[in-house]
Order: sequence, then C-alpha cells, then structure tokens
Amino acid sequence: MLALFLRDLKLAIRTSGGFGLALAFFLIVVMFVPFGVGSDLTLLARIAPGILWIGALLACLLSLDRIFQLDAEDGTLNVLATSPIPLSGVTVAKSMAHWVTTGLPLTIAAIPLGYLLNLPSVAYSWLCISLLIGTPALSFIGAFGAAITVGIKRGGLLLSLLVLPLYIPTLIFGAVTVTKAVEGLDPMPSLMFLAGLTLLSVVIMPFASALALKSNLS
Amino acid sequence: MANYMSFYVDNLCCVRGNTVILSNVSFEMAAGDCLILRGPNGIGKSTLLNTLAGLTPEDTGTCTINKGDIAYSGHLDAIKFQLTVAENLQFWAGVYGTDKVASVMQDFGLTELADRPAGNLSAGQKRRVGLARLLVSNRNIWLMDEPTTSLDAEHTALLTKMIDEHCQSGGIAVLSTHIDLDIQNARTLDLSQFKPDQSQSNDIFLEGSF
Amino acid sequence: MSLWEYANPVKFMGLSSRLIPTLSVLTVLCLVIGILWGFFGTPDDYKQGSTVKIIFLHVPSALMAINAWLMMLVASLVWLIRRHHVSALAAKAAAPIGITMTLIALGTGAIWGKPMWGTYWAWDPRLTSFMILFVFYLGYMALWSAIEDSDTAADLTSILCMIGSVFALLSRYAVNFWNQGLHQGASLSLDKEQHVDDTYFYPLILCMAGFILLFVLLVLVRTRTEIRLRRATALAARNR
Repeated sequence: MLALFLRDLKLAIRTSGGFGLALAFFLIVVMFVPFGVGSDLTLLARIAPGILWIGALLACLLSLDRIFQLDAEDGTLNVLATSPIPLSGVTVAKSMAHWVTTGLPLTIAAIPLGYLLNLPSVAYSWLCISLLIGTPALSFIGAFGAAITVGIKRGGLLLSLLVLPLYIPTLIFGAVTVTKAVEGLDPMPSLMFLAGLTLLSVVIMPFASALALKSNLS
Repeated sequence: MANYMSFYVDNLCCVRGNTVILSNVSFEMAAGDCLILRGPNGIGKSTLLNTLAGLTPEDTGTCTINKGDIAYSGHLDAIKFQLTVAENLQFWAGVYGTDKVASVMQDFGLTELADRPAGNLSAGQKRRVGLARLLVSNRNIWLMDEPTTSLDAEHTALLTKMIDEHCQSGGIAVLSTHIDLDIQNARTLDLSQFKPDQSQSNDIFLEGSF
Repeated sequence: MSLWEYANPVKFMGLSSRLIPTLSVLTVLCLVIGILWGFFGTPDDYKQGSTVKIIFLHVPSALMAINAWLMMLVASLVWLIRRHHVSALAAKAAAPIGITMTLIALGTGAIWGKPMWGTYWAWDPRLTSFMILFVFYLGYMALWSAIEDSDTAADLTSILCMIGSVFALLSRYAVNFWNQGLHQGASLSLDKEQHVDDTYFYPLILCMAGFILLFVLLVLVRTRTEIRLRRATALAARNR
C-alpha cells in the first residue's frame, strides 16, 4: 500500500495539471465572489467561511476522476486487483494520495485566500483546522464516486452529480465551524461532528469503493 | 516447488455480460505445466483468463486456483508513462513485496532502458516491461493474455525461454496466443470445443413466457 | 412456498398481473373518497382557513417520498445479498415515482407556505432535507441510465443507494444542526398527545393509504415494464 501511495504522489507531481490545477481553480472561484456580490468588505467577511469551504470542495472535485480512471485505462487496476493489496487497501492508498495532493494544498491556500475575503483574524485557525479535518472526508467520499463511475466513458459530470450530494454534511459542518468562530460562538460541536464524519468516511468508504470497483472490473 | 500449487478447473462456465460464452471448461494443471489457449477471435480466451484471475466472477463450476499465486498480464501493459522503466518495476516490486528488479531487468535486456520514461518506449519495449512484471511479482501461476503482441522474433524467443524456465522450476503458465511458441511440455487447449449451443443462455429473463 | 419465489420474473409477472386489477380499484377508492372527504367533508381550520386542506396531498406525498427511498434501499440490499434480478429492477422502477412524490411534496408545500409563512420557499430544515432527497434521487437515476450492462448497473446503483442512505440521513441531521425551522411539528405521531384533529385525521389516513397503494401499484406496473424491457434486450442480444 505504501508503494501505491508513493507512486500516486510521484505521478501527481510529474503529471502537469495535477494539483496545481485545483489550487488555480480555488483561487479563481474565490476571486469571482467579489465580482459577483461586490467588494463590500463587511459582506465578504460574513460570507467568507462558506465561500472558502465551497471553493475548496469544488476544487477537490476536479481531480476526483483521475483517482481510478487513469489506472483503469492502462490496465494497472486489473493487475492491482490480482495483487496482494485488497481493493479496499488500494482505495485507502489512493484516497490518501489524493488528499495529500489536493486537500492539504487547498488547506494551506485557504489562508491567503481568506485574507482576500477579509476573513476575521479569529477564524483563521478554525478555517485551517476544519479544512484539515474535513478534506480527508472529501477525498474518501470522492474516491467512492470515482470507483462507481470508473467504467463510464466521460463520467466526469455524472461523478459530480453523485458526489456533491454526499458532500452536503461535510460542507455544512465545515462551514458552520468557521461561521461560529467568526460570530464568536463555540465552534467545537460542529468541528466534532466534522471529525466524526471524516472518521466514518474513512472507515466505510474504502469498502464501498472496493465493492464498486469489483463490480466494474468484470 | 511442492505440489500444493497445482489446480484444476471443473465444468467452469464463463460469462460475458449475460451470455455464456464458454461452458463446461475442464482441465488440470500440475506444477511445471504450461497451457496454451487457442481459438478464433472472440471465442473467450481473455474471458477465461479473466475468470481464472478472479476479475470476472465465474457463473458455475469450480476453479481451485489460489488467487495468492497468480500473476496476471492482460492485453494492456499496466505501465505508467510518466515513470521510468525502473520506477515502474520498482513500484510493482513494492506492491508484491519482492526485490528482484535489478536481476529481472538484466534478464530482459531492459537495463539500458532503465532510466527512460516509459512513455518514450516503443510498443514492443512497453510489452517487455509489462512481461518483466511477471518475473518481478515472483508468483507461481502466470496468466498471460496474448503476451507475444508487438514482440519481435528475438524477444518472442526470450519470452519462450522465460516461460520454459518458469515451468521447469515448477511454475505454471496459462497463456493465449496466435503464433506457435516453442515451449517444452506445453499443452494446447482449443476453446472452440467449449462453445455453448446458440440457444444456451443463463439469462433468467429469457425463461418462460409472459 | 417462499417469498423469494416471486423474485423469478415469470412468477412475478404472473402474480403482479393478478394483483394489479384489485390494487387499482382499491387505490382509486381510497384516493377518491379520501380526497373528496378531505376537501369537501371537513371544516376550515380556524387559523389556516381552507388552505389547510392541502395537507391531504402534502403529507401523503412527503410520506411516500421518503418511503420510496426506503423501499429502494431494501430492494438494493436484497439484490446485493441474494442477487434477485426483479429486486434490482423494482428499485429502478421506484426511483422515478419517489422523485415525483418528492416534487409533489415540495410543490404542495410551497403552495401551502405562501399564505401561511408568506413565502414559497424558506431554508427550513425539512424543506431543505426534501431538496437534498431530490438530488439523491437525481444521482441514483442518472447512474442507472449511464451504465449499459444491466447487472453492473444494478450493483453500482445498489451500492450508491446504500451509501446514499447513510449520507442522506447524515444530511438530515446536519441540516437540523445548521438552521432552526419554520415547519410545524409532525402531523401524525403515535407517541405524542397533540396532533391534527380527528376531523382531519380520518380522511388523512385514507389519503395516506391511497398514496401507499398508488405507490405499490405504480412500482408493480413499472417493474413489469422493466422486466419486459430486460427480456427484449436479452432477446436482441441472443439473436445478434
């Protein structure tokens, strides 16, 4: 599993348009918000938590279809299915690699982008913590969507339609955490829910993905 | 190697979609055996290999193959173009938990290609990397789907030698091919004999009338 | 004699063709009597006036919107565990009915909401949950139509339905956590003292029974269509 994880990292770095693309997309989404709602700084400060979370979530969505599609196309997935690594293990390695190349950079990028949206200074630490805790759920749920759609040609749009509803609880708890921090309320309860959600995703999604992959192989 | 890695296939039915394409396939493989699958295109050679590998679920019948002994090579090479030849093999060595990369590259004449990105290789060279993976995996039962595709005469001979040595050391190989390979002790299995009658279908929706 | 026998397409077709006439009559009776009674046989509410009568469509459709998904979940599990083809097709057949029920619940809710709350739509937890349920249905149906091989499609949609159920439930609680609502409490409840008055209760029960019967009837009809479609596809594949 470690070998697979490291190989996916290596591939993400060598392939142009890997995780740089997600960051650029995140920047553009955040930049568009003032264009759309105006540059009023108090308004921006109020909506910043939601915008940052939605931006990160959409940026995360971009690279999901690569998780299994590329390996399925060149036959690697078939060989992995006959290798000593169980398919759930394959999913875990790939979800983790996706998180390291997408969720983690997005979390770091959220800090300067939060500044652009006039996010109150108390909220930065909560923004980072919530993204750090919440984005693994995005990767594991996303890998499930990718496993479901791996056999479908041009399944990118369908993948979004399947995965976005599954992202709702993560988005709500993540954004509420930061909003509560901005409003001076206690962000801990929603952060705890978010952590619970991530743990749940990490536990059940690899098995669901393995089931979907197995069905897609035949 | 001991006898425990022999296996048999009894009355196996292979399906593609909802259609039975091979029925009642039976054969036995002992350590050191090599089986060459023959038959026209579309008869089900790939499907049988996929079923043996556990990629396609079998419909009915028994197959006692131990999934932990299999090294599978499909019609795709399963190599990453962005990685070098050495890195590709290193990755599979990591997956299978072996350390045979250097010696395998030596045997396969891949040493001078080691640092080339796999994307720059010719089709035949890519195939050689794909086949080298079988040796790297250090598994006993090789399942090979058209391994000779894109190989030149010299490397087809090398492949033959490789399979020979594998079988002589007690390994098993099942492969499909269209050209004659000079492998000692190789048996040939013509899959045409297992083609089911046109009327046979396992689709429950074709039963009865309504 | 076991229930599983009816997982065989021929048996299912036979049974359903015998059930459908009776079911149709019952459905029409329940719905016609329930709705007429509800609309014309009950007094106006002292606060809500005659608008309250939309309850006879709103509550039963909302009930079926959720229960259709539950039925799909059960049918999906039956497919995953026992591989009964009819079960998978029944789940497929139920989805469009479920999504229609969701739309009816949302639509009648909006019509009711305007005079009561002064707005067609509010981001109230219940309303939002139904909107979420709607997108779950959309994804499920889109997946069915995207995959050609029927067994693979059945596998994948079943897995999606399973995981979707978990996340739909989580969304429900997340939405409650996120916003407190305008919506009144449950209209019917077994353990609470306070619910709708008896004058509304009996016609409502009748309407709910009518919607349940309508759902079962439509699922049977649509499953029969799906079975015929599968047979046609199989015949075409065999004769190719």
